[in-house]
Amino acid sequence: MHPVINVTNLSKHFKDLIAVDSLSFTVNEGDVYGFLGQNGAGKSTTIRMLLSLVKPTQGKIEMFGMDLFTHQKEILKQTGAIIEKSDVYKYLTAFENIQLFSKVSGAGKLSKSQLLDQLAIVGLQDRAFSKVKTFSQGMKQRLGIAIALTHDPKLILLDEPTNGLDPQGIADVRNLILQLSKEHNKTVLVSSHLLSEIQLIANRFLIINKGKKLVEGNASQLFDPAETLVELETLDNENAMIKLQQSVWSSKLQARREKTIVLKMNKTEIPAFHQSIVHMEIPVMSFRPKHSLEDYFLQLTTINDDVATIAN
Amino acid sequence: MWQLLQIELFKIFKRPRTYISFGAVAALVGIIQLGLKLDGNMYIEFMLRDLSASFNIEGNILNGYLVCYIILQLLLVHVPLLITLIAADLISGEANMGTLRLLLTKPISRTEIILAKFFAAGVYTFMLLIFMAVLALFLSMAIFGTDDMLNLKSGYVVQLKSTDVFWRYVCAFCFAALAMLTVASLGFFLSIFADNSIGPIVATMSIIVVFTILSTLDIPIFNAIKPFLFTTQMIGWKGFFDVKVNDDNQAIIGSIQNPDRVLKAAGILVFYIVGLLVASIVVFKKKDILS
Repeated sequence: MHPVINVTNLSKHFKDLIAVDSLSFTVNEGDVYGFLGQNGAGKSTTIRMLLSLVKPTQGKIEMFGMDLFTHQKEILKQTGAIIEKSDVYKYLTAFENIQLFSKVSGAGKLSKSQLLDQLAIVGLQDRAFSKVKTFSQGMKQRLGIAIALTHDPKLILLDEPTNGLDPQGIADVRNLILQLSKEHNKTVLVSSHLLSEIQLIANRFLIINKGKKLVEGNASQLFDPAETLVELETLDNENAMIKLQQSVWSSKLQARREKTIVLKMNKTEIPAFHQSIVHMEIPVMSFRPKHSLEDYFLQLTTINDDVATIAN
Repeated sequence: MWQLLQIELFKIFKRPRTYISFGAVAALVGIIQLGLKLDGNMYIEFMLRDLSASFNIEGNILNGYLVCYIILQLLLVHVPLLITLIAADLISGEANMGTLRLLLTKPISRTEIILAKFFAAGVYTFMLLIFMAVLALFLSMAIFGTDDMLNLKSGYVVQLKSTDVFWRYVCAFCFAALAMLTVASLGFFLSIFADNSIGPIVATMSIIVVFTILSTLDIPIFNAIKPFLFTTQMIGWKGFFDVKVNDDNQAIIGSIQNPDRVLKAAGILVFYIVGLLVASIVVFKKKDILS
């Protein structure tokens, strides 16, 4: 696997704010790379640095084996991008927008039918000659994707591409990303706060928090199949916490949230834990083992803080 | 580069707001022409009241050339606002729409983008002035006819032969284009710092107002800086309507009274334009695009 993106020790400071802090990661050819983090974690800033929109304070970015700062044009010729919501010229038609951007993207001169074909990929062929100001957010997003693909880039950077989309729009974007990866062998880096969506499409993940890398790897490396989080909702969480802290399960406590208590344990321990809470006469409303990426993400980004709270 | 310029012009002329300026110029010129057509003779009598007592003035005084001069004097104060509406929006407007970041993800250098947008602003400025020239000069010539032009100064009158006027207007409009391009450069430069166009438009107009006040104030402390203010030099086009006279105090056809002053004024405006363009490139290349 050739690395398409190789980021080393990348940092960005905005005066006193450290938006990205010594971040290093690698995206390989053919990857659908999920880039996760809470709002303000530094995802967009990182993607903007990959696109030369923001100058790094320090660090190195190599793309396609070339240094971004010395080979910007060559790299951008092979890259398509959507940054947050797709904003295009609202006073132009979809066709005029894609025609305009195709001219500056290094695609060469595309014929009218080729441009209409690009719009057809995202299902906008029937609205090609409508002004974009009449489009819904989902249609604008799809147009943005079509524009990002006009020059047939090898790498596609998508920053929150499903922002503002309805469930059907989200599914469409998800399917399009999968199609681009599998059928057209594109490398895709996609950031999103919809972790369940990312879990469905990405083969590798990077999770960052407060600008720092928490973990990078593929799904099987990140999620220990033997361990799971258990979320407990009771009638009286305060009492339940006291009972659990006094029990053998105290070391398993991870977090106490507004309505739930979270524990981390081996999957084989779940039946014994179930029996224990019955013996302790904890009035349980719900009991949910959690295995999703979202749970893993929350575990990484919030539970450490919660554990400190529990200890106090 | 040529393709980028075409794209920028396409974007400018696809926006309805672009035509507000053309509409405003047409309306203002039309109103002045209508007013002078209906009541122009009274205006001329008032302007020549001192001369009429001593001289017998005959001919078509209120001709197209004089009307154009009156229009230029009035409009060149207001046209900067119309130029600023577009120039100060070129970067900030795109930042506001979110299209700037999309444009910058394409394989184009930031210098190319700045140059293309700047030249597009220049083309727009020239087109607005050509439109103004057609209405103010050619339409006035058609409505009011032509004759010798009387350039009314305080204390004296310059009489320009009708055959000696047209080239002066061509030069005056070229100079006015330079002056308006200076305004466009300033608006364009300020638009780099903002994410919406209101700030740079207001800032540009504020600078023009302050500089104009400084240019006209007759206070010794400001006299040293006056020659370096672009607003002082923007009225340099009037220099084309001052002629040299011979020993018989007759105007020398084809002459300009003080060509050095006109050239110096043009030089200062070019210095502003180049300086603001270079500054725009330097600032934009360093800017983080966060919009």
